[in-house]
Amino acid sequence: MSSLPFWNKKPCTYTMGSGTSTQHHFAFQNAEKAFRAATLIQRWYRRYAARLEMRRHCTWRIFQSIEYAGQQDQVKLHDFFSYLVDHFTPSSNHERDFLNHMFTEKTFPQDAEMEKLSDYESIEVPDSYTGPRLSFPLLPDHATALVEAFRLKQQLHARYVLNLLHETRKHLVQLPNINRVSTCYSEEVTVCGDLHGQLDDLIFIFYKNGLPSPEKAYVFNGDFVDRGKDSVEILMVLFAFMLVYPKEFHLNRGNHEDYMVNLRYGFTKEVMHKYKIHGKKILKILQDVFCWLPLATLIDEKVLILHGGVSDMTDLELLAKLDRHKIVSTLRRKTRKEHGKPATTQEKATPPSCAGRPTPWFLPQSRSLPASPLRLGSRGAPCAGRSSSIPCSGPADAEDLARRVRRSGDLELDRGRQQAGFPGSRAQGEPLLVTPEADSDADEPPEPTPEEWKQVVDILWSDPMAQEGCKANTVRGGGCYFGPNVTEQLLQKYNLQFLIRSHECKPEGYEFCHSRKVLTIFSASNYYEVGSNRGAYVKLGPALTPYIVQYQANKATHMLTMRQRISRVEESALRSLREKLFAHSSHLLGEFKKHDADKTGFISLSDWAEAVESVLRLGLPWRMLRPQLVSSSMDNTLEYKSWLEGLAKEQLSHENIQSSLLETLYRNRSNLETIFRIIDSDHSGFISLDEFRQIWKLFSSHMNIDITDDCICDLARSIDFNKDGHIDINEFLEAFRLVEQSCTEGDASDCPQATNTNDSGCSKPSTP
Amino acid sequence: MRRIIQWIEIGTIIRSLGCCPSEGELHDLIAEVEEEEPTGYIRFEKFLPVMTEVLLERRYRPSPEDTLLRAFEVLDPSKRGFLTKEELIKYMTEEGEPFSQEEMEEMLSAAIDPESNSIHYKDYIAMMVVDDS
Repeated sequence: MSSLPFWNKKPCTYTMGSGTSTQHHFAFQNAEKAFRAATLIQRWYRRYAARLEMRRHCTWRIFQSIEYAGQQDQVKLHDFFSYLVDHFTPSSNHERDFLNHMFTEKTFPQDAEMEKLSDYESIEVPDSYTGPRLSFPLLPDHATALVEAFRLKQQLHARYVLNLLHETRKHLVQLPNINRVSTCYSEEVTVCGDLHGQLDDLIFIFYKNGLPSPEKAYVFNGDFVDRGKDSVEILMVLFAFMLVYPKEFHLNRGNHEDYMVNLRYGFTKEVMHKYKIHGKKILKILQDVFCWLPLATLIDEKVLILHGGVSDMTDLELLAKLDRHKIVSTLRRKTRKEHGKPATTQEKATPPSCAGRPTPWFLPQSRSLPASPLRLGSRGAPCAGRSSSIPCSGPADAEDLARRVRRSGDLELDRGRQQAGFPGSRAQGEPLLVTPEADSDADEPPEPTPEEWKQVVDILWSDPMAQEGCKANTVRGGGCYFGPNVTEQLLQKYNLQFLIRSHECKPEGYEFCHSRKVLTIFSASNYYEVGSNRGAYVKLGPALTPYIVQYQANKATHMLTMRQRISRVEESALRSLREKLFAHSSHLLGEFKKHDADKTGFISLSDWAEAVESVLRLGLPWRMLRPQLVSSSMDNTLEYKSWLEGLAKEQLSHENIQSSLLETLYRNRSNLETIFRIIDSDHSGFISLDEFRQIWKLFSSHMNIDITDDCICDLARSIDFNKDGHIDINEFLEAFRLVEQSCTEGDASDCPQATNTNDSGCSKPSTP
Repeated sequence: MRRIIQWIEIGTIIRSLGCCPSEGELHDLIAEVEEEEPTGYIRFEKFLPVMTEVLLERRYRPSPEDTLLRAFEVLDPSKRGFLTKEELIKYMTEEGEPFSQEEMEEMLSAAIDPESNSIHYKDYIAMMVVDDS
């Protein structure tokens, strides 16, 4: 069972009341009066505490659902691109090249090339550099010095970063997929969960628990990077200790050890920001290092540690055997150059799902999983063959494409793929995309098989659930939800005692479930917001009894009462939620109008709740949140137009930019930033106006955004403030005041000053 | 659709809906909605009708604010306007219903005036009273 909020635990001790009242109470005329008085006060107190707990719970839900919705978005985005790659017929060489450029992964350099890539020896370290200097082979003192240096906010020079990464890679290559640790050697093992770039937590753990040593083994269970601001430093420390204590220090790969995820969640940005000259090299080698991280760790053959979870198909033998290096990203299976398969031969007679094309990974495998509740109203018979093909591009087709592609991330996408079939208009045998180097290097490692890929995705993305069974994890978009029976099945099959996993933030930093057979351990405290949660780590001795240590790396919060802490975090969550509401203003207005047939301008509060959920789909308890989001309502009705205007006022301070355009961009800003980074494949920080226009066109048809070509051109031109034909991501985001806070924490001179577009005198996007 | 599963105790739910039952009353209520063989889970289908009834009958309504004040005054017969920390602890843990250590600590952290180490209950009441809109 989960750990309950402490004030709701059943009391463990009590003494009976009035029976034992003794002389040291003052003489009440009626002892029962005192009893009743005390009871009354307790009841009031408990009601108050319950309300606080509810608020805390709602706040948690808000953060979590926004986080997972973001992850879903990410997946949808990549599915969209995959779909394009598989089915889109570029109308011109230009478009074709553009897509190639975006989707063709660079060849994985062979070892010799990789050596050249690291090429750290030629990098000179100036005498003025006061940071730590590393020499290899690393000694324990070096690793300790690194921790100390980072604590003092120093930055490791790129040369040493590359050197360390190079050595790390050499070491990782020798490791098996599943590391085995024994408590015979080091008597205790400490397992830590997600750190997400929060260096303070790592430093705290080492401070409280001791630095790694032959007697103090550590396992870090993935998600070292993204979101926090010191991902680079965390990696440096972890890798350094791994090199120094290879037998005692172990790392598992998490779903964030993935360059595609990093594009969205901040690690890529952090590297480029801290290492302007060598960042690209660093990212490149990191891509490879991440693929070489082991997938799991086994303690005494009894405790299995992996990042996400398991599925009913999890096969440890297969996992141990596969070539983990082939799994570059768990977001897209195909990573090599796309070669067109002749559209005609294989697929005609066979049912689509068995065709040469693999079933999209996010769909539940029909043979092993129960009918997913998502398979609602399966449109009659399973798709029989292909009806229409995707027409060549043209305005009507964009719509067609958009309609089909829009509902990605669920079964619809698969149906869309199957219905759309393969482009029949293409001549037989013509490849889908022509790549410049059509003959791939023979030495490249082959792609993972669908089964291998699914095995890895499952262990990196799955979450436990209370119900029995195993079903697709639609919230995250990858892996599955696994029930207590799946856990039991696995533990028995491999003769294990329990599972340790991470991947999910927990208010107390840890949580047991499945009758204590699954332990979630999460080490990034204050993950959503200062005061939102504790971090924790778990220690195991030879008896393998878990001993948990919790902490919260922010002294200030200790001083606050529970109520104050909750208020702060709550405010932050509500702010995020209001932003999201604003970003969907047009849709919301549409929905509200549906509930207001008589056009009175008012809707009931319960209609409001329904409408909001149908647009935002966050699964939040809107009726409970309503008092915080809707400030005034009379007779349980709401004047929705002015409510929406109120939201907008909060978010916008200049009205000249067409609000629906702004709203659209705002809603999609993470996507846009991610797209930007994907286009900017050489990480220069710039994309050309043309690239911007292209991608915007594709993107807007997918998202069903009504924007004309002209408007896009104007938008592009207006964003290019310095008129050099290139858009710098900061220009882009800043134009809409979307520069994230992390930028301002860095070197101020590197970041554009946040200016009001009105004041700058630059042209604004014109309204169509 | 159940997605993110987190545990909230039934007591928290009931109380946050505006009810103010004693622990004893709460246990009775739970007994009404529990499964025959308690699984530790409560099913919504069972909970809903019982809870609806409770709300319609306005059962377990909190007593008015001044009753709460009088309750404190019972424990403070000399009408000082406050209770010392030790007094509050004693009354909460030795009188009334079972009150856990953690509940005591949390109550104190919010209620206590650090300078005098006492609880000025009028202020505390003002904080605890939530308007039921």
